[in-house]
Amino acid sequence: MHELSVCQGLMRQVEKVAAENNARSVELIRLRVGELSGVEPSLLQHAFEIARAGTIAAAAELEIEGGPIVVKCQECGASSAATINRLLCQYCGEWRVNVVEGDELLLLSLEIERD
Amino acid sequence: MCETCGCTITPGNEHLVRKDGKLEHTSGGRASIEVLTGLLQENDHQAAHNREHFERHEVLAINLMSSPGSGKTALLEATIEAIGEEFSIAVVEGDLETENDAERIRAKGVPAVQITTGQACHLDAHMVHDALHEMDLDDIDILFIENVGNLVCPASFDLGHHINVTLLSVTEGDDKPAKYPVMFRAADVMLLTKSDLLDVLDDFDTAKAERHLRELANPAKVMTLSARRSQTLEAWLDWLRQSVEARRSGKEMNPSMQPDGVHQQHPA
Repeated sequence: MHELSVCQGLMRQVEKVAAENNARSVELIRLRVGELSGVEPSLLQHAFEIARAGTIAAAAELEIEGGPIVVKCQECGASSAATINRLLCQYCGEWRVNVVEGDELLLLSLEIERD
Repeated sequence: MCETCGCTITPGNEHLVRKDGKLEHTSGGRASIEVLTGLLQENDHQAAHNREHFERHEVLAINLMSSPGSGKTALLEATIEAIGEEFSIAVVEGDLETENDAERIRAKGVPAVQITTGQACHLDAHMVHDALHEMDLDDIDILFIENVGNLVCPASFDLGHHINVTLLSVTEGDDKPAKYPVMFRAADVMLLTKSDLLDVLDDFDTAKAERHLRELANPAKVMTLSARRSQTLEAWLDWLRQSVEARRSGKEMNPSMQPDGVHQQHPA
């Protein structure tokens, strides 16, 4: 359960961005968490309930978007969807592929209120 | 994950995260601020600092990850016995509690700093940084960081090391890479340990373990060895020698857990 550490790091980043933008409060935090990132969105939501207390984002909502895993084949060049433990090219079955989507762990944006 | 050059944004995900402007206003009158930084930014910043520190001292830093009891400390003991004269080795030990592992390493005449994480299930770059303050890296060739035994959380945290070595003992089951894909995807080297037990275990197929690893698009080198059989360690020791050499030659080395935009596929 490392989601709490991840979330505490997130809150420090949110507070920093909020301060830079003269926010009175943070209302919405948008994240993108890919399946291959190693972070479980539902646990992150639970951790957020704890981590947001007493911060500028105490009343904020956390919106986590996921998305498909996409790999690009190093052999045939095709892009295809893959599952977390079968990162194979759907067209030629090759395992030498690059993950082009699905391992993101990003703070996308904030919505803030200003004075 | 890098906020400096935006390398977390790849051609594959760019359309999902780009907006027209840095700052836009939503219909409710709130200000919307685009951020686009990695969630582990603080850790990654510290990890980059640790990596610079290793490079300044010409130290090869290896992160050992596995489940508890797969033989990380036993491998270190055997490695120290085999090449402790050839290279100067130091160890950072991570456990929830006790100094036991650090004491085992010190008994081999090698400096070891124990990090006790309390309830934390992984090491992070800040913990390693604190441990480095207790250590003189000047004459060290190889620093092993023995992570907390756990096949989940340690995979998410860059420590500033150069190489991830993931151990899978043959008593654990050859499908572990399929069950813990994030961990095994991060491996630059996979060691199948306790191979002396293969004779009495009829349910561990080393070829199958390797196939599950490849299905994670991972070209990592795979070696089968036993810390109790010194003759099985040669490939591992040669690999260590080559890696120290590569580090000394100034070759850039990053673990494959780097974001996919700069993902380095290590040759098998």
